[in-house]
Amino acid sequence: MKTYIMQAIRLTLVLTVLLCLIYPVIISFAGKLSKGEGNGETITVNGKVVGYANIGQKFDKPQYFWGRPSAVNYNAAGSAGSNKGPSNPDYLKEVSNRIDTLLKYHPYLKKGDIPAEMVTASGSGLDPDISPEAAKIQIRRVAANRKLNEQQVTELVARHTENPLFGLFGPPKINVLKLNVALDELKK
Amino acid sequence: MNTELLGIIASLFITLLIAVPLGKYLAKMFAGEKVWTDFMQPLETGLFKLSGINPKEPMNWKQFLKAMLTINILWLVYGFFILIYQDKLPLNPDGNPGMTPDLAFNTIISFVVNCNLQHYSGESGATYFTQHFIFMFLHFTSAATGIASAIAIFKAFRDKTTTDLGNFWNYFVKAITRLLLPLSIIIALILTFNGTPSSYAGKDQFISMQGDTVNVSRGPAAQMIAIKHVGTNGGGWFGANSTHPLENPNYFTNMVEIISQFIIPVAMILAFGYFIRRKKLGWVIFGVMMTGLLMLLLPAIFSEVGGSSAIAKMGITQHTGAMEGKETRFGPAATAYWSILTTVTSTGSVNGMHDSTMPLTGAWQLLAMMINGFFGGCGVGLLNYFIYLIIAVFISGLMVGRTPEFLGHKVEAREVKIAALITLLSPFMIMAGTALATYIFTSHANAAWTVKPSVWLNNPSFHGFSEMLYEFTSANANNGSGFEGLGDNNIFWNVSTGFVLILGRFLPIIGPVAIAGLLAQKKYVPESAGTLKVDTVTFGLMTFAVILVLNALSYFPALALGPLAEYFSMPK
Repeated sequence: MKTYIMQAIRLTLVLTVLLCLIYPVIISFAGKLSKGEGNGETITVNGKVVGYANIGQKFDKPQYFWGRPSAVNYNAAGSAGSNKGPSNPDYLKEVSNRIDTLLKYHPYLKKGDIPAEMVTASGSGLDPDISPEAAKIQIRRVAANRKLNEQQVTELVARHTENPLFGLFGPPKINVLKLNVALDELKK
Repeated sequence: MNTELLGIIASLFITLLIAVPLGKYLAKMFAGEKVWTDFMQPLETGLFKLSGINPKEPMNWKQFLKAMLTINILWLVYGFFILIYQDKLPLNPDGNPGMTPDLAFNTIISFVVNCNLQHYSGESGATYFTQHFIFMFLHFTSAATGIASAIAIFKAFRDKTTTDLGNFWNYFVKAITRLLLPLSIIIALILTFNGTPSSYAGKDQFISMQGDTVNVSRGPAAQMIAIKHVGTNGGGWFGANSTHPLENPNYFTNMVEIISQFIIPVAMILAFGYFIRRKKLGWVIFGVMMTGLLMLLLPAIFSEVGGSSAIAKMGITQHTGAMEGKETRFGPAATAYWSILTTVTSTGSVNGMHDSTMPLTGAWQLLAMMINGFFGGCGVGLLNYFIYLIIAVFISGLMVGRTPEFLGHKVEAREVKIAALITLLSPFMIMAGTALATYIFTSHANAAWTVKPSVWLNNPSFHGFSEMLYEFTSANANNGSGFEGLGDNNIFWNVSTGFVLILGRFLPIIGPVAIAGLLAQKKYVPESAGTLKVDTVTFGLMTFAVILVLNALSYFPALALGPLAEYFSMPK
């Protein structure tokens, strides 16, 4: 028994060096060669960081495309979903309120045009993407608020639509932050 | 065929493509035959020398278990204190506080037993030091503990009669140096080059386009996320686990992560067949497990892609399916696939919130963890299945009126008693735990605790019951996923699930290793016309029937009160 205890202590120590120092430090050095240098990829406008490419941020002004509802209000110091169950009456009321808000700002829409992800909270609360359908319903509002023609905004949305992986796997999506940055640049 | 379904099919296909050769490799490597990773030998020799271990020393089943338990207890003790005092240790750029004793108790057990319930949230509840030196360390070592224990059973049935199950330290170290570490390096590199942070920098701050000040949690996450999947641990860097866009940045990383958590569980099954030179047995077990997996998976995909009937009733279009708690870049199909794989393999990482999945999906997730024997966690999946095998052999023996035999060894009262006890353990802990929680919630809702039981649940009615049932099921299965709406960081949940975790881990390892040790030392009975052949489809069906009957009898009432009742209460 006593030999096992000593062996366990010594093995734990040497494995700690291998697994908790050597391994992560090597990966960390390799990560310096990646796009965000291992810190996460940022998006810069006029030399100022306006956000992280992969982290969704809050957009609720009428001149921007909006992202999905967030259970943590896009506070990236944490992350969480709503964890509301599908039969929860309070939750269903909340969804219903979101539908009303969307219809208020997009009076040209019918309920059936609204894709589910625009009225349901994402899993992380930081979802950076929306589906092409979700962008499509916002085009008229954004164009009107920016005094652009709809055709121009539609083209921009099409340019920012990312296809499935290799064109084969997973859903298509649009990064809301990148789209909005491009939208601001369009104006100039 | 739409791209979301194609993504799932490709993931499963690639998993099998990797797992088959990996299984052959594992069988050869653990048998000590020549393999291409022999270049690791100098490193292993060094590790053994520094630890004063002779890796060739034979161990009987009692010595094997003693060594395994000794090192696990050591991790429990020192890890507990590090968690409490993590605020005073280095690598804490965000200034996170130490853990309360009950949270530290739960957390350290949870990581030692390969579960990772995570009643804390990574961004605010753990330091970089804790994440690497405790959590990531245990990701490697708990997976290696499971694998080493399974190899002991391999060894018991390879030789005709033996008391030597091999050397625990030898299997344990090789599981790390020749399997877990190399795979983790590859996956960590893929992750960091796809946007997962890997540097030691602390929180960042920026002004968003609308002028809000936003803090972003970061840290050396890629390293931990790699082994969290390879080792079927599941405990993530960020609170939202692999739902978080830094932890799982795109569909490609999603495929990598889901494949990496499934290859070892599959490979271990096939390795068993190759190792004991009964290839067919490995494939029969694989067949039973794959059938079970598909029976859980297909209806789950169907109900998620079908969407929520309550939201459909409001007139909203659900193009891809139910989206609450899911991420746009993965979509409902990939989340349904992940949710079943993670509960089947006992990983417990998530790429969407299980609490918000459809009622029937929740039922399949629960059932996957209750059965806990279709592939299962690293190594322990096979150990759990081994118990089902012994029960199936015993019942078959009764049916034909012969002394039951398994692989040439007579299965007698002592072995069957152990198997029966282990079988009864799971329903007991899940049911008793949930019953106790329900009793406190209903009868002592305002007990004078810091967190009153009345605020535990995030959802009312049947779904609230499911939250409590899920927590105990996840703890017992050492899974680690949760219906995360449950307010679980308080004395009741921390302590109660802590005990369930530790019993749900070590008894199902001790039991099978003991049975294997006892069987292996018995006289070998050569096969005859009357021998029950375990590597046949018939016996596979028999095992499957045993699994179904045992679990249906144990858990149907609880499932009926939770997810099934919720399903029938939803609008049609």
